Amino acid sequence: MKPDLTGTEPNLPESDLPESAIRRRTIKAFGWFALAAAVPVGVYEWINSSPNLLGAKKPLRRVLDANAKIAQTYFSNTHLVKTFPVSAGVRDPRQNGWVGLQAPLPDDWKLQIDRPDRNGVPQEPLLFTMDDVKALPKQELVYDFKCVEGWSQIQHWGGVRLSDFLERHQLGTKPAGTEHAGGLYQYIGMETPDKKYYVGIDMESAMHPQTLLAYELNGQPINNAHGAPLRLIIPHKYGVKNLKRIGRIFFADTRPRDYWAERGYDYYVGL
Amino acid sequence: MKRIVHKHPLAIRWFHWINFPVLFVMIWSGLLIYWAYDPYKITIGSWTLSFFPDWFYKALGVPFQLAKGMAWHFVFMWLFLLNGIVYVAYTFISGQWRHLVPDRNSFREAIQVTAYDLGLRKSQPPFVKYNGAQKIAYFSMMVMGAGSVLTGYAIYKPTQFYWLTALVGSYETARLIHFMLTIGYVLFFFVHIAQVVRAGWHNFASMVTGFEVLKPNDPARPLLDKPTPEPVPDPTNDRFVGPPTPDFTPTPTLS
Repeated sequence: MKPDLTGTEPNLPESDLPESAIRRRTIKAFGWFALAAAVPVGVYEWINSSPNLLGAKKPLRRVLDANAKIAQTYFSNTHLVKTFPVSAGVRDPRQNGWVGLQAPLPDDWKLQIDRPDRNGVPQEPLLFTMDDVKALPKQELVYDFKCVEGWSQIQHWGGVRLSDFLERHQLGTKPAGTEHAGGLYQYIGMETPDKKYYVGIDMESAMHPQTLLAYELNGQPINNAHGAPLRLIIPHKYGVKNLKRIGRIFFADTRPRDYWAERGYDYYVGL
Repeated sequence: MKRIVHKHPLAIRWFHWINFPVLFVMIWSGLLIYWAYDPYKITIGSWTLSFFPDWFYKALGVPFQLAKGMAWHFVFMWLFLLNGIVYVAYTFISGQWRHLVPDRNSFREAIQVTAYDLGLRKSQPPFVKYNGAQKIAYFSMMVMGAGSVLTGYAIYKPTQFYWLTALVGSYETARLIHFMLTIGYVLFFFVHIAQVVRAGWHNFASMVTGFEVLKPNDPARPLLDKPTPEPVPDPTNDRFVGPPTPDFTPTPTLS
């Protein structure tokens, strides 16, 4: 068919039919209509009666995961979150979640990073102090923090790039003697010291240059409510992935458990 | 024998009836999402219309279903998008757009049609498929659909599609426009249903069957009995032959 772009509105086509034929056509059309109307009802019943997969109905979860795959095809480290001048940051950023923070911060807090087995021998996890983290170049990020609930707020964070940290300490790569040795794992997992809040993040998003291990908010050390002493700021994910008070970090090729994904949210939640 | 007019091609009927449940799911799941952060209100003097009051949420069973809302929304958005793209493409390629896109007379006609609907005029201007008000309303739906998709993606991927979010204004502006368009659909829906009820059974049935039987002197379709219908009418059939009517012209004269 060629696009029809000619002039004025044409008349509607007409034809002559015996009344019996009109009746037959009408009944047929409504028959099909009734059958077709059963389709959305069936689809709804099918989805609603499906079992949950991570808190979401299985067919929906499958599409959400497909959406993540699609998003990963156009994800780029050069797509940066819009940044603002420091003066645009709010003075008292919103605090919106206590899970993982109820227990007092352990006095002997250290950042624990698990290492994969080497030649079948389990490796002791590495422990880092805040000074180890601060040894890397500091980054400031003033951006529109976005909550899955729908609100957003311009906030001013400071910290080091997660990618800098992982590269400096040669973390996140697969050990020699394994398949794809030297390559990155597909996921990074994080959890609070009490293990009550936990997230899993795809490695591309974790390695994005704006993903920070943050220790400052508005130029001050992060307070408890915002995730002292060290938290994740990953601006191209909803707030739910921005884990506060990091206790442990680990790497995996399967999805690490994720607190809100288990409660029916999309796992990827990439912005 | 009776004369029928082929009003809605099969494709258009499919697009229309697919859109109905899909848009319903999008609006319903959108409401579940909106509930989690619902800042919009209209204030005029001391009067405030809040979107939405608690009783409204409770009556519809909305609260605490953000995850569910997002899951449905981000699944059915594909159907909404696909159906919309195919519809627009079909309308363009088939020439159906000429029944739909308003022209320079449509706004005046729309005012006249509205006056007629309100009983302020005795007749309405002639039209072929849709009157001026319908053209504006239905074409607006098409444009609004595109707006919902664009603002939707601006909210969905504000970093990856940063240029789109910037084009729309900002993340917050995108969410506001996305919301207002949805309110627009709901308002359209109520007017649409009222008008369909008013227009009667045969008009409704034509959205299912595709055709409508022509009636002599139908006040709603004053010029449908066109002087040279095709095929050439058989003089032996019982088709109504009315008084001679002027050729249809896009510029109607007022009676």
